[in-house]
Amino acid sequence: MRLRSLVAAVAATAMGISLAACGGGDDKSGSSGGSSGDQTLTYWASNQGTSLDNDKEVLTPVLKKFTDETGIKVNLEVIGWNDLQTRIQTAITSGQAPDVVNIGNTWAASLQATDAFLPFDGDAMTAIGGKDKFVPTALATGGKEGTDPTSVPLYGLAYGLYYNKAMFAAAGLQPPKTWEEMVTDAKKLTVPGKQWGMALAAGSYTENVHFAFINAAQNKADWFNGDGKPTFTGDGNVQGVLRYLDLMQKDKVANPSNAQYDNGTKSVNDFATKKVAMVINQNNADSSIVANGMKAGEYGVVPFPAPAGGEQVASHVAGINLSVFKNTKHKDAALKFVKYMTDATTQSTLDKPFSALPVLKDAKPNFTTDAAEAATFQDIYNTKSKPLPLVPAEDQFESTVGKAMNTMFAKIATGGTVSADEVKAALKTAEDQVAASS
Amino acid sequence: MRETRGFKIYRGVVLTVLGLFVLVPLYVMVTSSLKPLKDVQGAFTWWPSNLTLTPFVDMWKTVPLARYFVNSTIVSVAATVFSVAIAILAAFAVSRFKFRGRTVFTTTVLSTQMFPGVLFLLPLFLIFVNINNSFGLQLVGTRLGLIITYLTFSLPFSIWMLAGYFDSIPRELDEAALVDGCGPMGALWRVVLPAARPGVIAVAIYSFMTAWGEVLFASVMTTEANRTLSVGLRQYSTQTNIYWNQIMAAALIVSIPVVIGFLLAQRHFVAGVTAGAVK
Amino acid sequence: MAVATETAAPAPTKRRGRPEHRPGLKRWLPYALLAPAVLLELFIHIVPMLVGIWMSFIKLTKFFIANWSAAPSAGLGNYKVALDFNNAVGQGLLKSFGVTIAFSLITVAFSWVLGMAAAVALQPEFRGRGLVRTLFLVPYALPAYAGILTWNFMLQRDTGAVNHVLNQLHLSDGKTFWLIGGNALIALITVAGWKLWTFAFLTLMAGMQSIPRDLYEAASVDGAGNIRQWRNITLPSLRPVNLVLVLVLFLWTFSDFNTPYVLFGTAQPPAGDLITFHIYNASFLTWNFGTGAAMSVLLLIFLMIVTGAYLLITGRRSRRA
Repeated sequence: MRLRSLVAAVAATAMGISLAACGGGDDKSGSSGGSSGDQTLTYWASNQGTSLDNDKEVLTPVLKKFTDETGIKVNLEVIGWNDLQTRIQTAITSGQAPDVVNIGNTWAASLQATDAFLPFDGDAMTAIGGKDKFVPTALATGGKEGTDPTSVPLYGLAYGLYYNKAMFAAAGLQPPKTWEEMVTDAKKLTVPGKQWGMALAAGSYTENVHFAFINAAQNKADWFNGDGKPTFTGDGNVQGVLRYLDLMQKDKVANPSNAQYDNGTKSVNDFATKKVAMVINQNNADSSIVANGMKAGEYGVVPFPAPAGGEQVASHVAGINLSVFKNTKHKDAALKFVKYMTDATTQSTLDKPFSALPVLKDAKPNFTTDAAEAATFQDIYNTKSKPLPLVPAEDQFESTVGKAMNTMFAKIATGGTVSADEVKAALKTAEDQVAASS
Repeated sequence: MRETRGFKIYRGVVLTVLGLFVLVPLYVMVTSSLKPLKDVQGAFTWWPSNLTLTPFVDMWKTVPLARYFVNSTIVSVAATVFSVAIAILAAFAVSRFKFRGRTVFTTTVLSTQMFPGVLFLLPLFLIFVNINNSFGLQLVGTRLGLIITYLTFSLPFSIWMLAGYFDSIPRELDEAALVDGCGPMGALWRVVLPAARPGVIAVAIYSFMTAWGEVLFASVMTTEANRTLSVGLRQYSTQTNIYWNQIMAAALIVSIPVVIGFLLAQRHFVAGVTAGAVK
Repeated sequence: MAVATETAAPAPTKRRGRPEHRPGLKRWLPYALLAPAVLLELFIHIVPMLVGIWMSFIKLTKFFIANWSAAPSAGLGNYKVALDFNNAVGQGLLKSFGVTIAFSLITVAFSWVLGMAAAVALQPEFRGRGLVRTLFLVPYALPAYAGILTWNFMLQRDTGAVNHVLNQLHLSDGKTFWLIGGNALIALITVAGWKLWTFAFLTLMAGMQSIPRDLYEAASVDGAGNIRQWRNITLPSLRPVNLVLVLVLFLWTFSDFNTPYVLFGTAQPPAGDLITFHIYNASFLTWNFGTGAAMSVLLLIFLMIVTGAYLLITGRRSRRA
């Protein structure tokens, strides 16, 4: 009897807590916009530099300058990519969130769907300096088409095909302009037992899904229709994916080991240590390449080529966006901060250490001293990039298609073959998963 | 068992095979921590091309390892102290009293051990957040939250093991203490606990190891301020490089305190497990 | 009263504590002693679990996680999705379940066999026994992630020690993939088993210490060889230990999260898709906490059934014996 009543009392107390939990989520949202007394913003930055500490070193003086100018203090936390998505999720779920956060811009539409972020509507957009200051394609990643974006671009990134100048010269080759040329060159530059034509981050689902997207885009294929429904199994999608897989499978220009490369770092290292002639990476590879011993003049960059007759898409509009949590208690301060982070001076200060492309219209890239490379990347970013699907299910597209590609690469690497039909079947499974959970 | 020739051969084979199985990873961990970066990026070698201690120097700079170390230590020690204290009380009740709900309690507590962590990870997080919102007690992103969580992880097994241990202590001993005028708590403190020392030490080690090695909850419940080693070690693979030599050096350093502690007290641990297991 | 002097010297017979009610003790004392443990278990395990069960009945997707009290009821929808083996989500869960069963059974068997082999080898005294025992306990003492990280490094294809050794022994061309494709399951079992067998060893060794030596001596006099002694004395005496050990090993391996999480990171291959990791990904990667919760509940029900059946069967058998 006693135990039962004790348990009942405890359970009642505990349930009271959890019931409070149900209603607690929107407590804070009413208080936005106030510019009350102590102004300290919490800012979660993503890892852009060589280490979390490096990021902190770069950002600290920049934030200090902001504090000096405005009197608003900024409490910085740099979060590694391993943790960032989970941390943002739990922040959304709990309402216990920072004021301002960096997001991978590919998540923008998915995060927008949670309704946890402040839309940059007319007023808010004006407060941060107006939408006209941004490169239009970059701003387009900020949220679903036709809505007020819930994020604005901060650092621009784009894929480029890095090639080793000495290896190309030794083989008497010119950097490729079409997919076919790239494959031919890569084959010539593959020396059994010594060197490979290309390195792919074939075990990284996030990298893989980008190439699924880009290759399909070169085939003029989309991953979602106008209603936001997945269309993964179209011919262009299947052929695009297969074309990329074939670099390892049919063309054999990439080391099967690449199937185990679970992030871009490993393929870039292979390039920097001259084990491969080409690597496709975003422009922030520069700092890694140099850190691993290759000098700036030893490599060149051209756009990642499309097949002859294909659509000239060389990259998705990659990069980092900045979002403000809706339930911030310091809305005005947060907007001031976003304005500061996206103004021309701050941008040019940060683009260099973080190897980023300018997201502002009139800015010149300064992440590299190589003028040709800078021009190439800016051209790719401004004219040859297409945003990833701007739909709420984008995150599921990334994980399902990306992981399907991991598995197919693994199969190829371990001696199996993957036919077009199997690609289609794998994409069908991915499509079903997305459809089932939306 | 007689030590026949056959048995000696058997023993030789088993000890060699298992010895290698255990030792090779430990050997790789130690030697790789003494290698320069280029050694761990190329083909595997049994011996460093040149011995270097730089990984042990650099590892503190690549990630704020010292802070994670302090966090892990505080969290694990506190969780251990509370867990052991609470387990002793509960095990004493289970072992020495007959009361309504005793079976319900033991089955329920033991069965929580099999709840998959993913099931209550998110709800627990939400409850913590709401406690913060309602009472201002910060549990997410603090060591306190981790301490409370971790101490419950080791609690069921600790209670079970200690209850088994207490059962093996003759009840006549505490009855004597009762007769001498001690209350039941006096009997616990003066008689049962001293006799159960090995069990208590075993439970303490178990609790400490549980807290020190937990990954899942740490990955969601920690922020930069209270991050523990289990999550912190993942940060060595940064955007630009994977510092395997530093990872191995850090893994070695974080292992040393627990391994030494465990090995020093292993006798008690074996005795504690015996009592629990034979129950 | 006279008993007191007699029992002051501990009785040599190990009496099992049998709880009995003693007058004079306050009835509330045991409850007070249990209260902290009960409260904490309720707060950290039971209540969150109930909330988790509730979550499995609502449509908790990314559209609602910011304001989850507004999430609409899903009825049994989440369970239907998880259990519909004709669709992709259900199939994924089923496959993951199969992988986990295989992983658990093999890992438990592997750990038990190694643990038993070592415990038997260390049963008689010999010089260096303490040292060997200490060495064997190191993997258990090591924090799980430290051991798994080391194995991850060793299982790399081009730079790993495992391929290097296999190649030197001419057992392979040294180009085997361990962390992707079908071998991932072997890698998981090895890594999990590396730590777990030492726990089996520790427990079995502890159990063997309480087997009276004269049993073996008597058997030797009767002319029983070592193998027969093991079968007729060691195994039956360890029965209660084994019953608990096997169950604990199974529950641990079945809900093992650390090994796949640290070993594979975000790139887990289908052959290494253990169920808790699968659920973690279903929840945190695709933001579908409702389905994730439903899968967790199914997992819990499964574990309860297995445990219940196991205890029932073994309990009945030991009563008969």
